[in-house]
Amino acid sequence: MAEMNSSVKIETRNLHLYYSSFHALKDINIAMKDRQITALIGPSGCGKSTFLRTLNRMNELIPNTRTEGRVMLDGEDIYQPTTDVVSLRKRVGMVFQRPNPFPKSIFENVAFGLRVLGIFSKREIEEKVEQSLKDAAIWPEVSDRLHRNALSLTLGQQQRLCIARVLAVEPEVVLMDEPCSALDPIATLKIEELMQELKKNYAIVIVTHNMQQAARTSDWTGFFLLGEMLEYAPTRDIFTRPKDKRTENYVTGRYG
Amino acid sequence: MPTDNDKNIQEIRKKIALNKLRDHLFWIIGLLSTLIGFVLLFTLIIDLFIDGFPRLGWQFFTSYPSRFPEKAGILSAWVGTILVMIVTAATAVPLGIAAGIYLEEYGKKNWLTHLIEINMNNLAGVPSIVYGLLALGLFVYFLKFGESILTGGLTLGLLILPMVVIATRESIRAIPNSIREASYALGATKWQTIKDHVLPYSFGGILTGVIIGLSRAIGETAPIITVGALTFIAFLPSSLITSEFPFLSFKWLMDPFTVMPIQMFNWISRPQTAFHINAAAAGIVLLLMTLFMNGFAIYLRYRFRKRIKW
Repeated sequence: MAEMNSSVKIETRNLHLYYSSFHALKDINIAMKDRQITALIGPSGCGKSTFLRTLNRMNELIPNTRTEGRVMLDGEDIYQPTTDVVSLRKRVGMVFQRPNPFPKSIFENVAFGLRVLGIFSKREIEEKVEQSLKDAAIWPEVSDRLHRNALSLTLGQQQRLCIARVLAVEPEVVLMDEPCSALDPIATLKIEELMQELKKNYAIVIVTHNMQQAARTSDWTGFFLLGEMLEYAPTRDIFTRPKDKRTENYVTGRYG
Repeated sequence: MPTDNDKNIQEIRKKIALNKLRDHLFWIIGLLSTLIGFVLLFTLIIDLFIDGFPRLGWQFFTSYPSRFPEKAGILSAWVGTILVMIVTAATAVPLGIAAGIYLEEYGKKNWLTHLIEINMNNLAGVPSIVYGLLALGLFVYFLKFGESILTGGLTLGLLILPMVVIATRESIRAIPNSIREASYALGATKWQTIKDHVLPYSFGGILTGVIIGLSRAIGETAPIITVGALTFIAFLPSSLITSEFPFLSFKWLMDPFTVMPIQMFNWISRPQTAFHINAAAAGIVLLLMTLFMNGFAIYLRYRFRKRIKW
């Protein structure tokens, strides 16, 4: 599955992150490729979600966070003082662990991102909302009730709505922070199928606790432990012939 | 040994019986305390209605105060109350909401915001007469607003400002962080997040706080007396609407005024019983105004709670 020749989309160099005095990420160096799915695995508290949040600078919403090193998006450091965080987040979208739709109508959930982009034409918004809902494979389920409150949907539908909301902004990278951990197996399967579709157009980085999910869906896998990335390789290699003993122990379920 | 065991069981039974008795006792005490408050309030209201209700009528609402109790009315008082409330709301609401947003969303958690926070919580408990003194010095003498509607409104605005700030902060804090994150992750700015999400979702709570603040202000007497509201006003403030461009006039802001509680205070301090009846009638009107506002606040809270569930 892993294509070696695909171009690098996001690359980190000597990335460190501190919460006050706690050293949460230690010297992360990783090159994630465009139009591929990169999975980040590891036990709870290993820093994988924190790492994901450095990629769109969401970590900055937590007070007393300090980042060192570089994160390159298309070869450009996003931690430069001149970087516009707001436009960075339009390029790097994020899907969260618990579905977090706005308590508004299904239509408004998607339309908000478009208005943020500065699109105000009613027709254009309607078209893009429909397209995004189709891309997120939720359109047939909601097309007849676009103006119902998004919280009336099932959790699985809410999560796909959240994906549609991200897609509407037309990002280049989609970050997913354990997007299926609150969902049942069928809803999970739908999201995984959707990821394979989205991969054609986006770079996807997914944090997951579910090893099968990483094995099923991703092209590349990074294993995190205690703030360090111990191993990063094509998914097949991580699961069949890991180089590090600790990775082997984790993927075979011997700890974590 | 069976006898020992029996003894034990008896002891446990005794204990349970004692606990049950305590439970009953507390139930009775609780009920009595509730009843005392309720009965007292109820008696008060009934008494007010018996005294004042026959006095209520068209004439009572459309007459100025008078030397003759049967001719006196509350026209200048209720108009004054409404105008003062407009000024109060116009100052306390935008200032309070803006301060609440700043403290919750923008202000970094440092010693300065802590200090503001502690002050804010204490300000809500400052006796209203102290606000009256502050307003007398600031608005009447220093800013030379005089004993006007503007001064009265600003004074009460100052009084309920902490309440509005606290209500705003609490409603904003009730919004889960995941909603803010969702908005930021889409590339929304802080202001877009606040304007499109934080404020609309906390609107019900904020409005409830505002109305409860206003319904407290409407009954305040002490600070209004301090800043010099008159007790006998036989004319209305200048009209809001004029025949000339721009058709709106703000001259009324600088006019002298009286409000409902002061009118009541004035009547109650007179020797004639007929004036006391007038005071009771005005009390009914004031009570209904407050009840109506509180009822509206409860309705809003109920409606917004039902609409948004996390």
